[in-house]
Amino acid sequence: MGLGLLASRALRSSSSRVLSTNPRYNLFRTIVSTPELHKPEAAAEAAAEPDLPKRTPVAGARVHFPNPDDVIEVFVDGYPVKIPKGMTVLQACSVAGVDIPRFCYHDRLSIAGNCRMCLVEVEKSPKPVASCAMPALPGMKIKTDTPIAKKAREGVMEFLLMNHPLDCPICDQGGECDLQDQSMAFGSDRGRFTETKRSVVDKNLGPLVKTVMTRCIQCTRCVRFASEIAGVQDLGMLGRGSGEEIGTYVEKLMTSELSGNVIDICPVGALTSKPFAFKARNWELKGTESIDVTDAVGSNIRIDSRGPEVMRIVPRLNEDINEEWISDKTRFCYDGLKRQRLSDPMIRGADGRFKPVSWRDALAVVAEVIHQIKPEEIVGVAGKLSDAESMMLLKDFLNKMGSNNVWCEGNGKNTDADLRSGYLLNSSIGGLEKADCFLLVGTQPRVEAAMVNARIRKTVRATQAKVGYIGPAADFNYDHQHLGTGPETLVAIADGGHPFSSTLASAKNPAIIVGAGIFEREDKDAIFSVLQSMAAKNENLIRPDWNGLNVLLLNAAQAAALDLGLVPESDNAIESAKFVYLMGADDVNLDKLPKDAFVVYQGHHGDNGVYRANVILPSAVFSEKEGIYENTEGCSQQTVPAVPTIGDAREDWKIIRALSEVSGVRLPYDTIHGVRSRIRTVAPNLLNLDEREPAAFSVSLKPESPKKVSKLPFGVMVDNFYMTDAITRASKIMAQCSAVLTKK
Amino acid sequence: MLARLASKRLLEIRQAFRQFPQTNRSLSTALNYHIDTPDNNPKVPWEFSEANKPKVHEILSHYPSNYKQSAVIPLLDLAQQQHGGWLPVSAMDAVAKVIEVAPIRVYEVATFYSMFNRAKVGKYHLLVCGTTPCMIRGSREIEDALLKHLGVKRNEVTKDGLFSVGEMECMEDVTPKRVVEIVEALKRGEKPPRGTQNPERVNCGPAGGNTTLLGEPKPPPCRDLDAC
Ligand code: SF4
Ligand code: FES
Ligand code: FES
Repeated sequence: MGLGLLASRALRSSSSRVLSTNPRYNLFRTIVSTPELHKPEAAAEAAAEPDLPKRTPVAGARVHFPNPDDVIEVFVDGYPVKIPKGMTVLQACSVAGVDIPRFCYHDRLSIAGNCRMCLVEVEKSPKPVASCAMPALPGMKIKTDTPIAKKAREGVMEFLLMNHPLDCPICDQGGECDLQDQSMAFGSDRGRFTETKRSVVDKNLGPLVKTVMTRCIQCTRCVRFASEIAGVQDLGMLGRGSGEEIGTYVEKLMTSELSGNVIDICPVGALTSKPFAFKARNWELKGTESIDVTDAVGSNIRIDSRGPEVMRIVPRLNEDINEEWISDKTRFCYDGLKRQRLSDPMIRGADGRFKPVSWRDALAVVAEVIHQIKPEEIVGVAGKLSDAESMMLLKDFLNKMGSNNVWCEGNGKNTDADLRSGYLLNSSIGGLEKADCFLLVGTQPRVEAAMVNARIRKTVRATQAKVGYIGPAADFNYDHQHLGTGPETLVAIADGGHPFSSTLASAKNPAIIVGAGIFEREDKDAIFSVLQSMAAKNENLIRPDWNGLNVLLLNAAQAAALDLGLVPESDNAIESAKFVYLMGADDVNLDKLPKDAFVVYQGHHGDNGVYRANVILPSAVFSEKEGIYENTEGCSQQTVPAVPTIGDAREDWKIIRALSEVSGVRLPYDTIHGVRSRIRTVAPNLLNLDEREPAAFSVSLKPESPKKVSKLPFGVMVDNFYMTDAITRASKIMAQCSAVLTKK
Repeated sequence: MLARLASKRLLEIRQAFRQFPQTNRSLSTALNYHIDTPDNNPKVPWEFSEANKPKVHEILSHYPSNYKQSAVIPLLDLAQQQHGGWLPVSAMDAVAKVIEVAPIRVYEVATFYSMFNRAKVGKYHLLVCGTTPCMIRGSREIEDALLKHLGVKRNEVTKDGLFSVGEMECMEDVTPKRVVEIVEALKRGEKPPRGTQNPERVNCGPAGGNTTLLGEPKPPPCRDLDAC
């Protein structure tokens, strides 16, 4: 007994109880800075104090008990928590509010248990256990904060850093690196390894993913992602011991539409973004939570910008839509936002060249021309990327001019916009997980909506759901039966004469997904009435708690356009048009347009629409404006401006509002809220942001179509996944991808 | 003072070690990734021979039909035997097809086991031990003697296709002189005796006979578990 003990008593008042009750401890007092490491057991006892402050679950982790009998109770650092049977120790800890360090464990991947970073102490277990792989057992006493656990983590960290190049200053992951963060939090301040480090050859995985393989810590998350989620069995763990490395063995690119996600799941800087390499540090970036518009899924994204430039796009968690993945198109189209942009209003002169003019002049010219045209010869087409506000205004403006020929490209002629169930993914994207039998009609979800495809794959993997496909031969990354190429196969299935009919009939939750390419077909009414007759025969297809009749849309604007009633009045409006207003529409076929027609192109990119235009009005892209988009399942979400607009460009709705004033038919909306209150009167569901508005069940109300289905086989709607709209066509990265990755 | 002396001495020792020429470390007979060569690329056709096909079925029959992939190691072994002691990438692809998995899953296994040679080896693949005890007992000299005598580098095949030298964990007990004799014997087509080449040793026993464990070992104090 002496000064030392007194001092240590004062310092560690919490453990003083142990000190005085354990006489052996007094004898073994050693003079080190962290005595707990030498007597872990004694200190562990000291850690358990009865008065516990409240803790909240990590990242809002919620538990839901499917069956009340399956509830077990475990103790995490002395806190009792109730969890369902089958949860792992790591999950139990996160429910109890303790975040366990980890590298290889990922919620959405299978458990590998190979990094050992998640070691915790469990009472009565002789050694620390890997919490991610250990199922929690009733009454287990888990200790996450004891000296044993700390020492174990420190040791694991030292081993991980042994062969790690420690090149954080030149590493793109720096600042968002799990290894960096966890070595700060749990590692030692120095290592003992003085030999030379191993070297590993970098792999070429294509134009999107950059590899620096010496940084790899062999967690195998990328291998598991590639084979489980992306469905490409290319990556593997080769070799053994310290020679172990991630690779493809034979030279191979990663040809998956989801490959960019390995950048996010790689906990270190081994897999980083090639286009973003050495462009910015992540702490310089401003994150804006927005949504993606390159397909009809509406994936939730974060736009990271520095100053006026979008530097990268990363996914945001949304369990109902994209989980935590996004497609490569969504992630890497951002360089298209700054290339080939229209920055000034322009008028085509007599010599056929465009000349920049002021907004006043450009609008005046358009206003003058539009008044000289007969109302039925005025046509407006909204593009794939249009937001609901601008489409509302375009329709209102042209209506005021006396024309009702307004539509959105991709929606086809005389599409039925009255019944929402006729153009939405009625089962909802998340709901597809409940389906046990899929019938894909004229749609290749892998290229049309990669995130929906990922859901189908997830379902097929989890439940061995059957997939039937009607359409041209296509690439699938799950087992499927190719049933035929044209509508007659669908008719055969509906009649019950096809082998797949019985599969469909015996399914509990059958899901039929029809591609939006149908809208462009002459016989679409006939096809829909075939589907209707299927629903009439099979009561499982549509019932109050399940609607298995789905349409998978192609473009971000389509659903909102139909909600707002943008359908053309006449079938061949283009052929007789004298004035065409293209609002970002680049894929309308203008071949049949009369030579003397006047074309106004309002858009953000110098894309296809510009070639025929007489006047160009520059507008903002989705990263520069606020706008509502409805995705294919009927969930409306809004984009948020992340960067300022380029040059003289303006938001679409403002341009039309100004044009209406110059034309003398002033629209009474001065703010975006004004436009939205107008939308409320037409389609109030568009204003319920982030909520899915399911369609009412009314399919059976439609009259039978007298027409017959044609023999024409279904077509391919997206022949190049990487280039589908003005933004992606302007993107260099996407051009590289389609050159290297698309199969010829 | 003492501490400084000690640390200086330590530095000297380290320096001395550094001076040793660093032999480059290779773990197996090939790299962990594939480089196309004329006789080893995915386009070279490869199939199990007619004689081996029944053996493939026999091997597959040991496993339930939904766990075909368990047959990967015996099938790789069969393929390697068929292909003269090494596995070209197309042989691995053939195995992958038989067990219905992606080729990468087979590559993973083949790269893991050092007895699967993924590059051409000689008819006689000579492996010298690289572990510490053998190094101390002169395994590097043995390797040097072999390489010099055969005129090849490590993992290279002699011109006549008979020999190649690699590294592995301990198998035999030889001397530099003896390995050359063995190589010559193999060249003549003779079969050298297996096991230790030291005439004073019997199998893995020590030279000059056993020195310990001469009698029946004493049983542990309480064999009779019921009695204690
Ligand atoms: S590359 Fe990244 S994700 Fe893949 S094993 Fe290495 S550290 Fe893990
Ligand atoms: S997270 Fe548990 S072993 Fe890697
Ligand atoms: S900063 Fe962690 S691996 Fe680069």
